This record gives sequence, structure tokens and C-alpha cells, in this order.
Amino acid sequence: MKLTTKVGRLPAYWHIILTLLPLAAGLVCLAIGEYPVSVRDILISVRDKLTGQQTLPTFTEAAIWKIRMPEILMALIVGAGLSAAGCAFQSLFANPLATPDTVGVASGASFGAALAILLGAGMVMRQAISLVMGLAAVLLTWLASAKKRRSISTIVLAGIMIGSLFNALVTLVKYAADPENQLPAITYWLMGNLKGASYRSLLFGAPPVIFGLVVLYLLRWRMNLLPLSEDESYASGVSIRALRFITVLLATLITAACVSMCGQVGWVGLLIPHMCRMLFGSNHLSVLPASVGLGAFFMVLVDTLARCCFLPVSVLTAIVGAPFFILLMRKGRGWQL
Amino acid sequence: MILEVRNGSFGYAKNVPVLKDICFSLTSGQIVAVLGPNGSGKTTLLRAALGSLKWQNGGSFLDGKSIRSIPTREFFSHVAYVPQARNGSLPFTVLETVLLGRTGQLDVFSAPKKEDVALAEEVLQELGISHLAAKRCSELSGGELQLVLIARALAQKPSLLILDEPESNLDFKNQLIVLDTISKLKEKGIGCLFNTHYPAHALQRADKALLLSPGGSYLFGQTQQIVTEENLRTYFGVEAAIRRLQTDHGEVLDVVPVCVLSENHGI
Repeated sequence: MKLTTKVGRLPAYWHIILTLLPLAAGLVCLAIGEYPVSVRDILISVRDKLTGQQTLPTFTEAAIWKIRMPEILMALIVGAGLSAAGCAFQSLFANPLATPDTVGVASGASFGAALAILLGAGMVMRQAISLVMGLAAVLLTWLASAKKRRSISTIVLAGIMIGSLFNALVTLVKYAADPENQLPAITYWLMGNLKGASYRSLLFGAPPVIFGLVVLYLLRWRMNLLPLSEDESYASGVSIRALRFITVLLATLITAACVSMCGQVGWVGLLIPHMCRMLFGSNHLSVLPASVGLGAFFMVLVDTLARCCFLPVSVLTAIVGAPFFILLMRKGRGWQL
Repeated sequence: MILEVRNGSFGYAKNVPVLKDICFSLTSGQIVAVLGPNGSGKTTLLRAALGSLKWQNGGSFLDGKSIRSIPTREFFSHVAYVPQARNGSLPFTVLETVLLGRTGQLDVFSAPKKEDVALAEEVLQELGISHLAAKRCSELSGGELQLVLIARALAQKPSLLILDEPESNLDFKNQLIVLDTISKLKEKGIGCLFNTHYPAHALQRADKALLLSPGGSYLFGQTQQIVTEENLRTYFGVEAAIRRLQTDHGEVLDVVPVCVLSENHGI
């Protein structure tokens, strides 16, 4: 069955599904949690917000708007961002195993956050340091990868080196941390969690993700040149080096901003783009929007599940993701890249 | 349109030239064949001529203008390149692949439009591979893939086409299909330059031939004056017989390699 048009675009109805699915899931998930709220109450509350009335108990209002709303918004943004970044990295390296950490982003951002906790910095400061460290890690990878000529394999090798360097630094920070308060805080943060979401952290973390997503979306046709060999892409008349650089930059920005908000949430960036490739083929006209939509949807669901089970979300992404992925892989005709 | 290389020299390492002081040209409606033993720098020559490798001396000129002064995007709307076909590198369908050839002409943020799709379909039709449009490139045979790569280059609407060993690794029939395609493009006024391991293909199809030796020396001129028994002896170190064959479809020139000459015959 072919789900895309002959030029590899998604038909209009898929666009509608991919937009409505995460939003609808978000709305429903607002109702689910320790303190149950009915979907009807949510709709009333939305009406109240628009008309300026208050008909619901303050506690219900707070649960919806102060606690769950930011968390669900963050889940939508992080899910969309991480899977789009994963999709970009996989195409960039023409390798289905590439993840944001292949170039050291996640390790760098984690180190930044751990360091900030060690220094006792506030939340916004922690996010800022984490974002900067994520970008710094990729910059180091980029610089380390070549003296004269840069190739995909030197970037991957350099990324692995820089990634493990930052992982070692994270361990160093943990070792230096006060085992009573700081160490648990760092460990808990590294697990990846959307629990602490607030509008303030979104205000700082969401814009880079949204900016990255918009530009990647606009570049989606051109991203099809990424997996081609140097020789082939050169003859297209497009500067492939510039394209690669911009893609790395955008995907890095997205990943670093996500990690800075909620720690390392693995699997989304690997699983969702793969699933989309299996469903829609490798054309970014369809894979990229599909990754964004399904990534957001998946993240909202898994986060809600995590909220109900009192587990860190990254544990669940793996527990849900791994079997689901294996099932897909065995059932489908595999993926291509 | 004319692509010229004037006094081009290139080497990967210092003082080890691969190409020395090379001059040749390709004009619209002409076929040029590039011949030479393995390691004589055939692919290097194409890359340098197109600007993906930088000439150490001399340069490439399009209609008399140095290609360094022509924006890449504009250059590749006149000249297109068909790389050696390697299967497995393209994760797209045939139509998508051909559309990739349009990318250089599109704005940075745009996807192919209706006109582009129509153009791509027209090119597929021209090459007689419309039926492959929806197939994945990974499912194609070598001959089909080669035609798809040519189609992708033609989607750039070039006046000149540069092909890197287009008929290597293909069977008899597919070699002929690819060569016939090149001849057809010539009729349409497109200039084709191709690398080849087959002197016979040069004799049968090309107006001009460029013969390279591993030492960096070369010959360029009318094919029949370049691809001679004498030159094959000096440049390839091979004793070969060039014969005219009478067939039901007319006269055909063929080159039959006979034996390898001892080392000191080479240059």
C-alpha cells in the first residue's frame, strides 16, 4: 500500500490527521492523572478562560492550567523536536542508527545541566548552560572532525569521542556532587522527565525548538540531498556542505533545547522517524511532517502513561518503544536509507 | 555552448601530477570519449573540469568564461553530471530521484512544482523508462539505474552532459541502450562527454577522443586519429586490432585486444 502521492508528498488528509492526532491526544491527556478531570470540565474551563468566568473549582483549574497544560505542551514540543532532529541526523549520516547523540549534543547538554545543578543555579540558568554546552559539544565535534577535508565518517568518529568526553565530565560532576541533595537531583534530571514543566521553562526552551522545526520543515525537499554521496550532490548545483552544516546546526539546536528542558529522553528520535520511513518512504516531503506529528503524539501518550505509573518518561519510551519497534521491523519489509 | 579546459594541471600530492597541461573542449551536439588505463585520472579529469576539484594550473571555461566566475547554480543549469552508478545509495522512487535533479533550480525553501513533475515525466518518457516511475531505485537493475541517473541529469535541462563510465558493469544489451541514449542526446543538440574502458565505444560513437596516460601526457583530437592501433600500443601497452566489420545493419568499427606487450613498450 502506498500512502504518499507519486512525488512522495503526503496527501491532504494525512496532514489533517497528523495535526489533529497530537492535539486531540493532548486534550484527552489533560484529563488523565492522579487527580482526574473530565473532558467536559476541560472544555468548560477553556470556555471560562475565553469568557473570563470561573465556574470550576480553583483546584481543578490549577490542575488543568498550572500543572498539566505546561507538561503536555512540553511533551508535544519535545516529541516533535526530538523525532524531527532524529530524522535529520539519520539522513545526514545516511545511517539508520544515527541519533542526536552521535554528534555529542545530548552528552554536552547533560553535562551542562549537571554542572548547573552542582553550582546551584536556578532553572532558567540551568537551561541556558545546558543549551550552550550542547551547542559547544557539536562545535567541538565539528572542529575535531577534520583539518582539511571533512567526511561523514570523521564527523561520526569525532562525535563519539566528544560524546564520551562529556559523559566522563558528567560522571566527574556526579562524583563531586553532594550525595545528599545534588547527586539525586542530577541523577533524577538525567533520567529524563517532563514533571517539572512550567511555562517559564517553556518560554526559554520552546522557541529554539519551534524555530528549528520551522526551518527544517521549509528545507524538507532539499534534505533529500543529504543521504547522497558527495559526488552526486555536488552535481545538483546545491552547496551540500552548507546544507549539511545548517541541518546539523538546526537539529543540534532542537536537541539541546529539548534536553535542557527535560533531560535525556531517548528512543523518540530513533523510533518515530524509523516508523515514518517504514510507512511513508524516505522522501522528506512526507517523512519530516510525519515525524513531527507522530513524535508529538507518541510523546504525549507515553508521558501520560508515565504520569499515571509515577515513572520517569524515558524509562517508558524504551519499555514501550523497544518491543513496538521490533514488531514493526519484523512485520514490515524493513527500512531503507 | 562550449566547455573548455585550458592548460589544466592537477595532482593529489605535491609534485605528483595526475593531469598535466591538458586542453580539450566539448561542444553542444558533439560526443567526446575519454579513454585511458586504470589510474590515468579519468574520473579526476571530470571532477576537475566540473570544478569539484580545483585545477592547480589552468582552468575550465564555459563559453569563454571561467567557471569560477559563474555561480554554481547557473553553471549546473547548463552542464549536468552523471556519476558512476552504485546501487543502494538512493532511498527514493525513480520519479523522486529524477525530481532531485530539479533541486538546484528551485528556491531553497521550495519543493518541486507541477511543472517540475511534468518535466521529470517527460524525461522518463524520452528515455523510455516511464514504466519505472513508481519503482524504488534499490529495486532496479544496473542498466535501469544508469538510465535513471541520466534522466536525473537531464531534468536539469543541460546543454552539456558529463558521464562517468556510463556503460561499465552493464551487459551487452544495456551497454547498447546507454550508448544509443547518448547518440540520441547528440541528435537533440546536447553535448556528451563520457569516460569509458572500451576503445570500440569511442570509435563507434564519439566525434572526438581524449586519451590519457598514467604519466600525465595525453592526446586529443578526431576519434579515428586518436584511437589507433599505434596509440593503443603506447597508451595501454596492448597489441590491439582495429577492424571494420560488415553487418546487416551496416559497417561497424571494432577493437579487438590481442595481447599484452612487455613493459618497455609503455610510456
